[in-house]
Amino acid sequence: MADLIKLTAAETAAKIASGEVTAVEVTEAHLARIEAVDEKVHAYLHVDREGALAQARAVDEKRARGEKLGPLAGVPLALKDIFTTRTMPTTVGSKILEGWIPPYDATLTQRLKDADVVILGKTNMDEFAMGSSTENSAYGPTGNPWDLTKIPGGSGGGSSAALASFQAPLAIGTDTGGSIRQPAAVTGTVGVKPTYGAVSRYGMVAFSSSLDQGGPCARTVLDAALLHEAIAGHDELDSTSIDAPVPPVVEAARNGSVQGMRVGVVKQFRGEGYQAGVVQRFEESVELLKSLGAEIVELDCPSFDLALSAYYLLAPSECSSNLARFDAMRYGMRVGDDGTKSAEEVTALTREAGFGDEVKRRVILGTYALSSGYYDAYYGSAQKVRTLITQDFAKSFEKVDVIVSPTTPTTAFPIGERADDPMAMYLADLCTIPTNLAGNAAMSLPCGLAPEDGLPVGLQIIAPAMKDDRLYQVGAAVEAAFVEKWGHPLLEEAPSL
Amino acid sequence: MTVTDLVPYEDALASYDPVMGLEVHVELGTKTKMFCGCATTLGADANAQTCPTCLGLPGSLPVVNAIGVESAIKIGLALNCSIAEWCRFARKNYFYPDMPKNFQTSQYDEPIAYDGYLDVQLEDGEVFRVQIERAHMEEDTGKSTHVGGATGRIHGASHSLLDYNRAGIPLIEIVTKPIEGAGERAPEVAKAYVAELRELVRALGVSEARMEMGQMRCDVNLSLRPNGTETFGTRSETKNVNSLRSVERAARFEIQRHAAVLSSGGTIVQETRHFHEEDGSTTAGRIKDNAEDYRYFPEPDLVPVAPARAWVEELRAVLPELPRIRRNRLREEWGVSAHDMQSILNAGAVDLIVATIEAGAGSAAARKWWMGELARRANEDGVELAALPITPAQVARVAALVDEGSLNDKLARQTIEGVLAGEGDPDTVVEKRGLKVVSDEGALGAAVDEAIVGNAAIADKIRGGKVAAAGALVGAVMKATRGQADAARVRELILEKLGVEG
Repeated sequence: MADLIKLTAAETAAKIASGEVTAVEVTEAHLARIEAVDEKVHAYLHVDREGALAQARAVDEKRARGEKLGPLAGVPLALKDIFTTRTMPTTVGSKILEGWIPPYDATLTQRLKDADVVILGKTNMDEFAMGSSTENSAYGPTGNPWDLTKIPGGSGGGSSAALASFQAPLAIGTDTGGSIRQPAAVTGTVGVKPTYGAVSRYGMVAFSSSLDQGGPCARTVLDAALLHEAIAGHDELDSTSIDAPVPPVVEAARNGSVQGMRVGVVKQFRGEGYQAGVVQRFEESVELLKSLGAEIVELDCPSFDLALSAYYLLAPSECSSNLARFDAMRYGMRVGDDGTKSAEEVTALTREAGFGDEVKRRVILGTYALSSGYYDAYYGSAQKVRTLITQDFAKSFEKVDVIVSPTTPTTAFPIGERADDPMAMYLADLCTIPTNLAGNAAMSLPCGLAPEDGLPVGLQIIAPAMKDDRLYQVGAAVEAAFVEKWGHPLLEEAPSL
Repeated sequence: MTVTDLVPYEDALASYDPVMGLEVHVELGTKTKMFCGCATTLGADANAQTCPTCLGLPGSLPVVNAIGVESAIKIGLALNCSIAEWCRFARKNYFYPDMPKNFQTSQYDEPIAYDGYLDVQLEDGEVFRVQIERAHMEEDTGKSTHVGGATGRIHGASHSLLDYNRAGIPLIEIVTKPIEGAGERAPEVAKAYVAELRELVRALGVSEARMEMGQMRCDVNLSLRPNGTETFGTRSETKNVNSLRSVERAARFEIQRHAAVLSSGGTIVQETRHFHEEDGSTTAGRIKDNAEDYRYFPEPDLVPVAPARAWVEELRAVLPELPRIRRNRLREEWGVSAHDMQSILNAGAVDLIVATIEAGAGSAAARKWWMGELARRANEDGVELAALPITPAQVARVAALVDEGSLNDKLARQTIEGVLAGEGDPDTVVEKRGLKVVSDEGALGAAVDEAIVGNAAIADKIRGGKVAAAGALVGAVMKATRGQADAARVRELILEKLGVEG
């Protein structure tokens, strides 16, 4: 059974399709793994044993009837607890939604079911996706499988930890400022933030609507592409969803190459604050790209220096409005409803008790930034920076096909180290945020271990909007070269737990 | 209720000049809500017409109702507005339990329609131009019912019930520019404006605009400034004034109240006011000393609305005739006074009369039946004229039967009564009830002879030149024929037989 959990999603699907293993066997192997290690890792908030086995049985029955199976049929997946699920709680890592079972499935949830993907359960996350360490979860932190005293990244730390600890071969994340890519980087896994609008947000609890984007998490580039294809595509229920064919990501992942490609390196993505080992592995990656036939181009994107500041005005502004609905009237937690208090008081008491510190910090920040008299100086200026960033990307993509950078300036830091220092925490997203502000696509994949701490380093690849396939084309080439160099996938060096 | 000091209306106007701003919300008659596919029909069980989106459940997203946008553009065009080439929705953030997301999806500085006007006609025919600031799209809130208190207000209530069926129903908010120069006619202008707007949205077919059902709601903003000055005074905002008469009364009351405060050296507090139907007064609501901070920002869950110019022009090309223009045209065609036209309008009879005429009736007959017999019946039954179980075509048929002499007035009334009673169409009723006028000259002649013989004294008077006495003999004949004779023909026969010139 141990072998089954180490397989890639593509291999798993092939074995199920050929009848070599059943979907039930695969699911049981993963449930057993969860049983064995998740007490230590705490990747999952909810495991749906019965639901997962039922889905797996349905896949096996389909095969028995001779029906054609999809490319991910029977493959288990860990779903970030931000997507609504009719049969499982959806907490978004918050006390305020503890025990809430939504009356509807997110479009993404539905697409996974349609693809016969087996949903094992819901993964831990920073409350309302606000954080870079998963320490802001109301349900306790998740450990990094490389070192359980270290953070697994955030907000999607549960999903990245589930992959890195072989508790699922596939996972779903959401990326508002780096919440897919940074966890992938610090756990040695692959994560993709697709172009904004590529994956439906219907049923994805909103943090910052104009930045939020769901995407695939996996252990290999090809697996991420298969999952990308399953979840992307136009959705009438999401007005911001792109009404165009999904770029050929799977084909790109099967045909990795950087021969003749122009690869940009941005001046602003280095300097103070970057760990030496991260810089070293990044520079080696650039050399590797050169050796694979890419042309390296230096880029200057001055607006990127303003990205973090703009992000911390725009995202809190939108969140202050998005989270206003948690008022104890219709669903979720209700505090103080003892017959003596007004609706207003009950709302206030519930929000006081139900939201964590980081959520409150951002709601207050956003409320302030949108206030009359401050709007132009804060929200308005931030929108202008956003425009400048988009323009810097546009100019850059006239000169290059993709841009590369470290995904995050450091490797996984110890749990607790930055918990009381929001500014230090925010710096984890320095390299990932510009992409969210511009709406284009990016991937993080492993590029080695930092010599000083032996922890994974992520390489970020950024592509223009709607050119998500380039991420996979470049990512597959880099991945193949590294695996050849290392002699095995990076995760084989992770402790066995 | 507190007693409010008022000064007589004429005294108020002698010193002060009223400035008004009217904000009207029109609920569109779309089949589905503004941002989701839920039904909008009235009278459903509480919360039966809701979904994740209009309940604001976590993760839900809005999608714009295209018919809602089309209706907004139609209203904008009919109000002579410019239609935005590109505009966005915005979030208006504030907490209230009947607002599911605790923000209202509305429009802020980019309304779909702006800078227009509406000409309204006062009862004496004077036309007053009301400038329109903007018309924008938004969604309605749910409804709170406060239980346990004495007045149905939240104060003193033990709990509240929330019904979200109305949440997300499309609204168009139409805002005037400050209405200046109306002087003493300001309350009349306010009423005429709301009435005209109501007719307009009905003519456009975008809403039934029934004020008593809350499908159209008006806020009356009013301030006074000393006569001859330019600067606006502090305004009050009387909310949810929900009938035409109330709009006029609310404006009038506020003029008198403001004048009383100002003339005694006081200052007007910028506040909302509640209007009371029972005595036409207003009382203080919320104080709005600082502009409320709704923290508007562009709605990131929706894409901008950019109506193609060709589409806007298509909509413009098929706009119906404006109600005021149509009313004036019909008034001329029908040859009725402004006052009678107003009565026809108030009775909701304009379209019914037009349809009856289109079905072949003369305009006089069509007006006579709808504004007479049928208006009386509608009034008795407490229903709208249009709700009576008779069609314009049926009324036109009755009129035709009268014209051809098959029915007299009395028989026609009986025919209508039969139609209303569900006995069938006019011809069936005439047939079943045997209502045809007795036109057999032989039978009629015999009845006339009989009447002359039976009323010899009266017959002598007529022979002696007292023609007016013929009425009594006509009556006798009509009685004998059970009303089924043509009274005019009977009179002719009587005079003929008695050898008298009519």
